[in-house]
Amino acid sequence: MNTILECKNLSKSFGSTKALDGINLTIEKGRIVGLLGPNGSGKTTFIKICNELLTPTSGEVRINGFTPGVETKKIVSYLPEKTYLNDWMKVSQIIRLFQDFYADFIPEKAYDMLKRLNIDPNSRLKTLSKGTKEKVQLILVMSRDAQLYLLDEPIGGVDPAARDYILDTIISNYNENAAVILSTHLIADIEKVLDDIIFLKEGQIVLNKTVDEVRDESGKSVDALFREVFKC
Amino acid sequence: MPWELKNDRPIYAQLIEQIELKICSGVYTPGSRLPSVRDLAREASVNPNTMQRALAKLEEDGLLYSTRTSGRFVTEDDNMIYQVKSKLAQEQMRDFLKNMRQLGFENKEILSMLKTMLEEVKQ
Repeated sequence: MNTILECKNLSKSFGSTKALDGINLTIEKGRIVGLLGPNGSGKTTFIKICNELLTPTSGEVRINGFTPGVETKKIVSYLPEKTYLNDWMKVSQIIRLFQDFYADFIPEKAYDMLKRLNIDPNSRLKTLSKGTKEKVQLILVMSRDAQLYLLDEPIGGVDPAARDYILDTIISNYNENAAVILSTHLIADIEKVLDDIIFLKEGQIVLNKTVDEVRDESGKSVDALFREVFKC
Repeated sequence: MPWELKNDRPIYAQLIEQIELKICSGVYTPGSRLPSVRDLAREASVNPNTMQRALAKLEEDGLLYSTRTSGRFVTEDDNMIYQVKSKLAQEQMRDFLKNMRQLGFENKEILSMLKTMLEEVKQ
């Protein structure tokens, strides 16, 4: 069993709006997958369903054979689009909280990354800038020894140097038994790190290929192809 | 020697060329041990699976070899390295000639300009 995530005919409607429209998808362990699409294409809805924050209107998602719930939360490390951490807490307190919450959390890894990014573990979250808060959140997520990382816009809010560090972290944390799915608009920065790309358009998958397949077949980067497919 | 990857071609093919270049230019010497897949992937900022694929191809070509326990090494076969070197040189020359012809130069002119340039660079 090498499949970590499987979607069958997954759909989600909000009233008359179809946010996801019949998604069929299989993701294998050991892959780094980019979920790419313009605003409102369904990226966040998909990731939220995988984390049981939304329920599908029809169809299903299975993660390691389970529908999203307690069993999947043990093995899925999720970076939400918005921060949910308490502002008054110190970074070190949040690390302790994560340690209590997740059996696979490795505090040494978190402290190591904080040091590399020059973030003081004793600072309270509310004293940190928006970008630094996002870095802290990502550090927490990447410090788990999870089987599936679901990262919703992990590089959107940070400066280019921190972006490089984050990509470097994803590469060095690479594990053939774990998969990473990340959504982003910043394709040019990230495409060299990806195995596969999925283009979402109006809730449907319009392209699901490897980065090198795209480059080989179109003679273009994924970034250039994206601009063409989603030309406004 | 930094890794240079262009946007319009498969990353896998470019990694192969860059590693060949590093071997030919002596960054990785014959018989030396290569860094791990993960370290190479980090260095080049690329996906580890893509790096793995490139290394596997180079191994298939014989430029690299691996042992079960101690990692991946550069071949000690100087002749093979020389062959790769001439292949890379030919590619460079083909590109050069293509560009010169695009500028509108004839073979004779190209040759004499090249001679002059070689003299200048020598000094």
